[in-house]
Amino acid sequence: MKNLHDEKEVLQEERSILTAPLQRRSFLQFAGAGAAGIALIAAGCKKDKNIIDNGGSMGGVTLDFKDDVGVLNYAYALEQLEAAFYVQVAATPYANISAPELAYFKDIQFHEIAHREFLKNALGASAIAGLEVDFSKINFADRTSVLGTAKAFEDLGVSAYNGAGKLLKSTTYLTLAGKIVSVEARHAAYIRELISPNSFSNLEVVDAVNGLETSRDPKAVLAIAGGFVKTKINVINL
Amino acid sequence: MNIVDILEEIEKVDGEVYERFSPRRTAMKEFFNVGKKISLAAVPLALGSMFNKAYGQSTLPANVKAVLQFALTLEHFEAAFYTQALKTTGGADFSGSKQATLDKAAIGIISAHETSHVNFLKGVIGADAVTAKPSYDWTASGAFPNPFAVGNYGIFLAVAQALEDTGVRAYKGQAPALVGQGGVLEAALNIHSVEARHAAKIRYMRAQNGVSIKPWITGGNDSGVPNAAAVYAGEENVIQAGLTITGINGTAVTANAASESFDEPLTTQQVLDIVKLFGVS
Repeated sequence: MKNLHDEKEVLQEERSILTAPLQRRSFLQFAGAGAAGIALIAAGCKKDKNIIDNGGSMGGVTLDFKDDVGVLNYAYALEQLEAAFYVQVAATPYANISAPELAYFKDIQFHEIAHREFLKNALGASAIAGLEVDFSKINFADRTSVLGTAKAFEDLGVSAYNGAGKLLKSTTYLTLAGKIVSVEARHAAYIRELISPNSFSNLEVVDAVNGLETSRDPKAVLAIAGGFVKTKINVINL
Repeated sequence: MNIVDILEEIEKVDGEVYERFSPRRTAMKEFFNVGKKISLAAVPLALGSMFNKAYGQSTLPANVKAVLQFALTLEHFEAAFYTQALKTTGGADFSGSKQATLDKAAIGIISAHETSHVNFLKGVIGADAVTAKPSYDWTASGAFPNPFAVGNYGIFLAVAQALEDTGVRAYKGQAPALVGQGGVLEAALNIHSVEARHAAKIRYMRAQNGVSIKPWITGGNDSGVPNAAAVYAGEENVIQAGLTITGINGTAVTANAASESFDEPLTTQQVLDIVKLFGVS
């Protein structure tokens, strides 16, 4: 799905330019001719300053997807968000939380902290700054609000790692991402069971025909995650 | 209808059509470059071969195909296990569950996924896809009691957990071989996370039925089944890319949390050594 937006835009652009000739020409002629079309497409594909942002107001970080560092920083951004959420959940548990639920939320908290700190250290000087989160829409005193947010974050995390795997060039990083994503999937399944028994892998996250989890590209992920982050996140070279 | 329309029509039913042509952003450039490289008369043919390349099996690199065949071998086994579990006669004894109806429905969901994975992989691999074994040894050559015997529901869940955790680790171990493979890698990852959801659910079912176990893997063999040791070999690892996760950067991450927070891969050979006891090869 990556770049689909770009390519669709480019296709639209090209179609409008070529509409008149196309109406008179056959498909074969179009496919065979179109030197101008090729140039347009090429120009579109090289559009590397495709900055999107989440509308955040504070500071700003840039995820540069030109290489694996950008992909790891993308993961680091998501892990920062998740860790901050669970730190808050563990610090101010919702009313009447059961002992097992609190214990598991503390487990998850430390898993996300481990992911965040690992990525930070692995990235070293290339790591983006810490993100300022915005949890104003979450009611931490309310189980439904917390579980709903947890489910959204975990499903989002899994779909993000799944969608980003193909952007990685390093087998080492791909394996590390794989080590993390299955733990996120375990979290997601558990949280879903708390909300609704047997929803661990339902049609919201797994397609009915092939049994494959639905992945998301970084744009789709950041469009969702961005709502919980005050820091402006710029994305380039995606 | 021009080529733009054709692509948009395909996109309606297959949102990843552009991705299939090429994993990187050169996709559309390559597509239109076809026009430059070949004569007009050959365009329909070239278009056909391009679609084959994107969807078909004829051009899968040998190593990629081998990964998919390996995955299919495991999926056949998993699918057969759950199909057996759901049989009225000779299936799992759900009466041993504290929540039999719910548990049986969960196994039904998992079973459907594994069967879908089998069919998906068969479709991608094509005519020479490996077939299921006529039968499997559900006791793993005597490592476990028969998981489908009356009164053995706990054994059934323990074996299911071992299979799911093995599946997660197996896919993870294959991912590096698919680096740069775009859609094939993504599909493998999309199966991998579903297997992890299954594993967590099965573990949670065990916990609900009185076993002390978490949805995530704590330390090494946390299954409570000594004979499942090979399934969890190396899971106790707390060092990732040379960085010690326990207490990282002054945090309170314990060794248990450090091991839980990263699942570990298994090599092809490790997986084969585990499943051969069940008659898988």
